[in-house]
Amino acid sequence: MEGTDFTMAKRLMFEKPLGMRDTLPFFYNQKSKAREQLKNSILSYGYSFMDTPFLEYHETVGKVSATKEQRLFKLLDQQGHTLVLRPDMTAPIARVAASQLKDAEYPLRLAYDGPVFRAQQAEGGKPAQFEQVGTELIGDHSSYGDAEVIALLVDSLKQTGLDDFVITIGHIGYVKAFFKDLLGEDEETKEQLLEYLYRKNYVGFREEVKQLSLNEEKRKALLSLLDLRGGEEVFTASKSLARNQVCMQAVNELKQLYKLLSNYGVEKYIRFDLNLISHMNYYTGILFEGYAPNLGALLCNGGRYDKLLPSFQLNASATGFAIHLERLVEALSDLSNGENRMGIIVDEETHAQGIRRASELRQQGYHVLLQHVDQIPDIKAFKNQLKEFEDFTTKGGEGNE
Amino acid sequence: MSKPLIIAMPKGRIYEEAAELMQQAGYNLSADAEESRKLILEFPEQNIQVMMAKPMDVVTYVEYGAADIGIAGKDVLLEQDRDVYEVLDLKISPCYVAVAGLPNQPLSRIAPKIATKYPKIASDYFREQGEQIEIIPLNGSIELAPIIGLTDRIVDIVSTGRTLKENGLVEYEKITDITSRLIVNPVSYRLKGNEIDEMVDGLSKAVEAESV
Repeated sequence: MEGTDFTMAKRLMFEKPLGMRDTLPFFYNQKSKAREQLKNSILSYGYSFMDTPFLEYHETVGKVSATKEQRLFKLLDQQGHTLVLRPDMTAPIARVAASQLKDAEYPLRLAYDGPVFRAQQAEGGKPAQFEQVGTELIGDHSSYGDAEVIALLVDSLKQTGLDDFVITIGHIGYVKAFFKDLLGEDEETKEQLLEYLYRKNYVGFREEVKQLSLNEEKRKALLSLLDLRGGEEVFTASKSLARNQVCMQAVNELKQLYKLLSNYGVEKYIRFDLNLISHMNYYTGILFEGYAPNLGALLCNGGRYDKLLPSFQLNASATGFAIHLERLVEALSDLSNGENRMGIIVDEETHAQGIRRASELRQQGYHVLLQHVDQIPDIKAFKNQLKEFEDFTTKGGEGNE
Repeated sequence: MSKPLIIAMPKGRIYEEAAELMQQAGYNLSADAEESRKLILEFPEQNIQVMMAKPMDVVTYVEYGAADIGIAGKDVLLEQDRDVYEVLDLKISPCYVAVAGLPNQPLSRIAPKIATKYPKIASDYFREQGEQIEIIPLNGSIELAPIIGLTDRIVDIVSTGRTLKENGLVEYEKITDITSRLIVNPVSYRLKGNEIDEMVDGLSKAVEAESV
C-alpha cells in the first residue's frame, strides 16, 4: 500500500497544472518562425510593439476585459488585493494608452505579442495559457482605420504561408439598431434576441420571434436577419431591411469598408455576416472572426471598441485584432521539424580545430553544436538529428557529410 | 472534389428518423447501414461521411470540429453548453425532461437530493425555483434512486411515461421539451457555408412538410 502511494506521489511531481502545456523544441521553432513573420508584417505597417506585465489588478484590468469573470485566473497579493493573470492584451494596452501614452501622437499604432491566461477548463484542447499576437489602432474612428486593421490581419496571415482562410465581418451597431427599429424600447426582448445570436442558437431565436406580438411584416424582417450572410449581396438585402438612420449608416459603413478592403486587394478573404455577435457588450461597431480549415476553433478575432478606453477616462475609439499563435501554427501544419543545426564532432586532438571551424560557421549564421565523440551514446542517431555534420575525429576519417 | 461534409449522428431510432428527413431533403443516407457495425459510413456520391456516435458525444465531436454537422438532442445541448450553432429544430424524437419521484414524497428539508444524468439541467432548474439541491449523478436506471431511498427526486427524460408508471413513480414538474436539433461547428459554418446552407434549407422544408 505504502509503495503505491509513494509511486503516485512521485509521478505527480512531473505533472503540470491543468490546461498548461510545455513547448518542446520543434514546436518552439515553428512558433518562433510564425511569430517572426507576423511581427515583421505588423512592423512593416508602422506599428510599435510593447509589452505589459502578466499580473494586473482585478479592479483595473480584470473588470473591463472582454473575458468573462469566471474565466479569469485570480490570486491575492500580500496586501490582499485581487490580481488577475492578464486574460487578453487589449485591456492592459488600453490602460497604458490612457496613462503613460496619453500624450502620444494620435492615431496610435500599437502591437503586442505574449501569453494570455484563461482559467482552467477540465477538458482537453482548451489551454489555460496561449500566445496572442495582435494590434490596436487607437484614435482612428473611421472605416479607413477598420480597413487597415483587417488588411494588416490578412497580410500577416498570408505572410506566414497560410492562404486558405476566411475573415467574417459583422456589425453590432446594425443589429442593435435593427432590433430597436422593430422592437422599440422593449429592452428585455432585444437583450434576449441578442443573447440567442451570441449563443449561436438560431432555433431559440426563431422560437422567441414567433412568440412576440408583432405584425407579420416585422416578424418576417426579424427572421430574415438570420439570412444576412455572404458576400457583397448582403448589403442590398440588409439595406432593404434597414429602415432607420442608424441601420443605414451601419450598412454604408460596411459597404465603405468593403471598398477600402478592395483597395488593399484583400477582398477575396472577406465574408459578411450580420448576425455575428462575438461578445455581448464589448464591441461597438464592426467585429470580425477568422477561420481556417482543419481548425475546429477561431484562428483570430477583433473589432471596434468604443467603451473600453473611456472606462480608463480616455475618450477614444479603437480597432484591433488578436491572432491565436498556437492555432495558427496548427493551421499551417508545417511538418518539417525546423531542424537546421550543424554538428561538429571532435575528439581530444581535434577539439581546438573544431572550435575554430564552429566559430567560422557561426559567423556565417549557422547554428553549430560542438560535441566530444566520447559523450555520444549512438553516433548514427546523433548524426540523424542534424541537418549536416562534420566529423573531425580520427575514426570518423574524412568525415564530411 | 471538395472534402466531404462530415455528419455526426446518434445510432438507433434517431438515426432512422433523421435519415428519413435527410432522404426528403435529397440526401440518401440509407438506413440499412444501421445494421453494420461500422463507425464511419461513406456516401461518396453525395460527398458525405457519417460518423456514428453516442448521442451524448455528438455535440463534442461537432464542437471540436471532428464533425462539421451533428444531430443532437436538446437535452445534451442544454446539459453541455458547448460552442456550436444550433441551426434547426428537426422536431424528431420528441420527449421532455421532468422531475419525478415517489407519490406524496416531500423534498427532504435537511438536504434535498436529486438523482440524474443531467446535473446541469437539474441544478439550473432548481436554482430557478429558489431551491438549492444536491446532485447524485447516475448513468442509467435513474428510477431506482427514489425507490431505494437514495434521493427524493429524479430529473430525467420522459417520452411516454411508462417507465415511471411501472416503477410506481409520478411526475412532479415538466422542465422543458426536447427534440433533436441540427448543430454546426462554428468554423465549418463559415468555411463550408454554401453546402451547409443548402442542407439546412432542404431539411427545414422537409421538417415543415412533416409537421403539416
